[in-house]
Amino acid sequence: MTTTTTRIERHHYDVVVIGAGGAGLRAAIEARLAGKKTAIISKSLFGKAHTVMAEGGAAAAMGNVNSRDNWQVHFRDTMRGGKFLNNFRMAELHAKEAPQRIWELETYGALFDRTKDGKISQRNFGGHEYPRLAHVGDRTGLELIRTLQQKIVSMQQEDKRTHGSYDARIRVFDETTITELLLDGDRVAGAFGYYRESGEFILFEAPAVVLATGGVGRSYKVTSNSWEYTGDGHALALRAGATLINMEFLQFHPTGMVWPPSVKGILVTESVRGDGGILKNSEGKRFMFDYVPDVFRKQYAETEEEADRWYTDPDNNRRPPELLPRDEVARAINSEVKAGRGTPAGGVFLDIASRLPAEEIRRRLPSMHHQFKGLADVDITKEPMEVGPTCHYVMGGIEVDPDSSAAYGSVRGLFAAGEVSGGMHGSNRLGGNSLSDLLVFGKRAGGHASTYVDQLAARPRVAVSTVETAVETALAPLQRDTGENPYTLQQDLQAVMGDLVGIIRRENELEDALGRLAELRERVAKVSAAGGRRYNPGWHLALDLRNMLVVSECTAKAALERRESRGGHTREDFPTMDPQWRRINLVCSLEGDTVRLDRKPLPKIRTELLNLFDRAELAKYLTDEELAEFDALAAADAAATEAAAAAATAAATAAGADTGAGAAEKENR
Amino acid sequence: MGTKRQFRIWRGDADGGDLQDYTVEVNEGEVVLDVIHRLQATEAPDLACRWNCKAGKCGSCSMEINGMPKLGCMARMSTFEENETITVTPLRTFPVIRDLVTDVSFNYEKARETPAFAPPADLAPGDYRMQQVDVERSQEFRKCIECFLCQTVCHVIRDHDENKPAFSGPRYFIRAAELDMHPLDAKSDRKEYAQSEQGLGFCNITKCCTEVCPEHIKITDNGIIPMKERVVDRRYDPLVWLGSKIFRRGQVPQTFVTSEHSPGAVRSHAPSGGTHSHAGGSHDVKSETQAQQGVNWHREVPKPTAPAVDASGRLPLTELTFDRAAAPSPFGDDVTFPLPPEHLNFAHPEQDEKH
Repeated sequence: MTTTTTRIERHHYDVVVIGAGGAGLRAAIEARLAGKKTAIISKSLFGKAHTVMAEGGAAAAMGNVNSRDNWQVHFRDTMRGGKFLNNFRMAELHAKEAPQRIWELETYGALFDRTKDGKISQRNFGGHEYPRLAHVGDRTGLELIRTLQQKIVSMQQEDKRTHGSYDARIRVFDETTITELLLDGDRVAGAFGYYRESGEFILFEAPAVVLATGGVGRSYKVTSNSWEYTGDGHALALRAGATLINMEFLQFHPTGMVWPPSVKGILVTESVRGDGGILKNSEGKRFMFDYVPDVFRKQYAETEEEADRWYTDPDNNRRPPELLPRDEVARAINSEVKAGRGTPAGGVFLDIASRLPAEEIRRRLPSMHHQFKGLADVDITKEPMEVGPTCHYVMGGIEVDPDSSAAYGSVRGLFAAGEVSGGMHGSNRLGGNSLSDLLVFGKRAGGHASTYVDQLAARPRVAVSTVETAVETALAPLQRDTGENPYTLQQDLQAVMGDLVGIIRRENELEDALGRLAELRERVAKVSAAGGRRYNPGWHLALDLRNMLVVSECTAKAALERRESRGGHTREDFPTMDPQWRRINLVCSLEGDTVRLDRKPLPKIRTELLNLFDRAELAKYLTDEELAEFDALAAADAAATEAAAAAATAAATAAGADTGAGAAEKENR
Repeated sequence: MGTKRQFRIWRGDADGGDLQDYTVEVNEGEVVLDVIHRLQATEAPDLACRWNCKAGKCGSCSMEINGMPKLGCMARMSTFEENETITVTPLRTFPVIRDLVTDVSFNYEKARETPAFAPPADLAPGDYRMQQVDVERSQEFRKCIECFLCQTVCHVIRDHDENKPAFSGPRYFIRAAELDMHPLDAKSDRKEYAQSEQGLGFCNITKCCTEVCPEHIKITDNGIIPMKERVVDRRYDPLVWLGSKIFRRGQVPQTFVTSEHSPGAVRSHAPSGGTHSHAGGSHDVKSETQAQQGVNWHREVPKPTAPAVDASGRLPLTELTFDRAAAPSPFGDDVTFPLPPEHLNFAHPEQDEKH
């Protein structure tokens, strides 16, 4: 009934990229370079994406600062950080391709901070063995998004010269939300949504869609994420028949501002700690030394003196424990606060003021200084900050093929990159790995979406009936006037997730959460939004709620199922890591309206990659049988080498030449 | 605990609207954007307002608070008097969409018109070498979060829609400056472009843009003024002026300083012999007509002529032959004030009605 009178703007594209953050823009650039007519859809204005919030840098083993760094070391750090739950192939591709992706940005006009010999400078960061993060002060994310944005503009200028229009081959639809993916059988046929500004509907007919919508943090009370992070891509993928993995793993950034209340959740970059900042409790104690887990004991300093020497002499000293991976630091702060040694606002102190001269702080952390001064009237060069854990990043996401970024499940023509995809970071992401993740897999997704389009024999078609359903769903909250206010529902959802599916989880609380989410589902189905279709934030939120809810259900279900603590998932009732659970991915899919959870074995890591680790380290993660297999392989290897050596020696002896032994020795080395 | 504070917020759309009064609870440590969010969650769920990061990093929540362009997330409530009524209005320079949301597409159009970074042809990715001191100048401008507060405050366009086609605004002057100062940018005519195509000449350095910049970028001092100075160096070279004093116009070989220095100068030569945005001394019929009609910042006025040199390539001049003791007028000694009205680049606000 409504559809016959509803105006829908139609567009035809080869590749539609949903999301205009780092991954989305990089995917779009790639698709356009492959000659595809590309649309970029952004919920905000062009260039406002959440990527701007990334401060520390982009991890890439360029070896500019320490020449011992290489992709193998980066791969090892990533796997270690993710507690070996990472998709090894993604971690491998990421470590190998990140330097190229960073260098490419310079050709787009990026200006990173430099080393003395004029190369891209790299900084230390939690979990990275060598200084590895390419950075621009503490506004690296802004540099990245602006660079990609300006690259797109430059391609549009090319198109204007050759085709007469800026929008000829790549167009940005800003302030536009996609509410539904449209399928033709099991193939993506298009996407349906609305312009936020006018409320008018828009239909994209396209055989390939790249999801790059970011995360889910808006379902939490305390979060560093913006309103955009409502899990749209996760939910769109689920409804289109794709699967999500690792949804129980959420990263709580250890140092978010806890005061003043208005900016609760906003991040204090890890570089504050990398540059010498230390964590203290209300008793003034530097407490992180008490929280170094066994797995990391070898790499971290045991005394304050050693830790302090590390900042100037990292080769001969071990790192300060403030630079442990994020999950460890977040848990430590949480424990201190629970033990009653927190600040009045419920955090701990992060002190850089007493560690560096004011001038140096302003030079190294300009935007941090400016942010605290501007937002809270706190001068970080004079007083310590009050910080605590804040919901920051979701490791879980759309299950993808590591090489092509194509979504698994029953759907074809759907690709995902960036935070919305899962697997790369395992159970915990290292700082700096997300910016490089965006670039590496953004490029891959854009490229493979283009290849997919080329290989299609016929274009999938959008069925009128699916569009009609999408219109009805979108308009429903405006047509009801009996339902609840979307803001109330969002607050309730945030309370459930924050209180019951937060940083420390318990079985009964998770069960309780699932019950409450089921109730919320009923209420969200009846939500009503006041006002009209023109730029109506209430209506927009009402539509986003549906996505937030289904993704929250996935997280709660997976968190209940995984009976161990690992990375971004901490169960009070199962406080240790269990090697058996390392072999299992929890996969969510949608069956009708309900979330279905399956166990799926992790892909088996290739031997040459496994050999990059010490046996002692592997023993912390692998099951006994996996270790036995590893030992057997190692023994076979050793035997093979020995046999080869023996054969060579035999041959040399046979030849009766002294030089033969030398050759065999060489081979052995 | 919270206190009740008075707010007046502009509600409406392109067809009109007005200020509406709200009494809202405000807690310690909050900013104006928090108050807007509280209103949305309570009595005004459809109050339209852009925002994203709420940390002063994305530049989405630009609004005018008590008439001052600011980021809503960085306007601390503690900076206002307890009994003060706080008035929040949308950015004045851009058309209203609804409530506090304006159509800022002007800025994106100007961004598209600004030539992009030109990578050096002979350097492969990974081979870029630059010194920190050299990138720092451009890095200052790359701090820009594109909140467009400098654009909305700029008086050249704030109440003069008619200037918009010819004027890119402070945001894009610093974009040009950033590229101009980029150690490896292969394009060399950024300044000339800013002068001739972006309307740099309109700016008369009132520094309002610098004042509102939430990133504290010294837009005028470090961006606009250096660009202007270098353009001026070329355009208002005293030697050029001297040449024109010694030789009468038309006798001097037609060499143009601007185009001589940069063969890639953007504007093509007009038939009258080049163009010049200087207000005085137009002798071109076409530009006279344009001037009569009011604003056309692209109207063509003659360029200064290049100095004539002797066989050795020097000016035939010594102090002895100079006819004055003082420095020449920066406007050119052949310009007398007041200028004839038809030579002024000025539009009366009501001139459209007269036509």
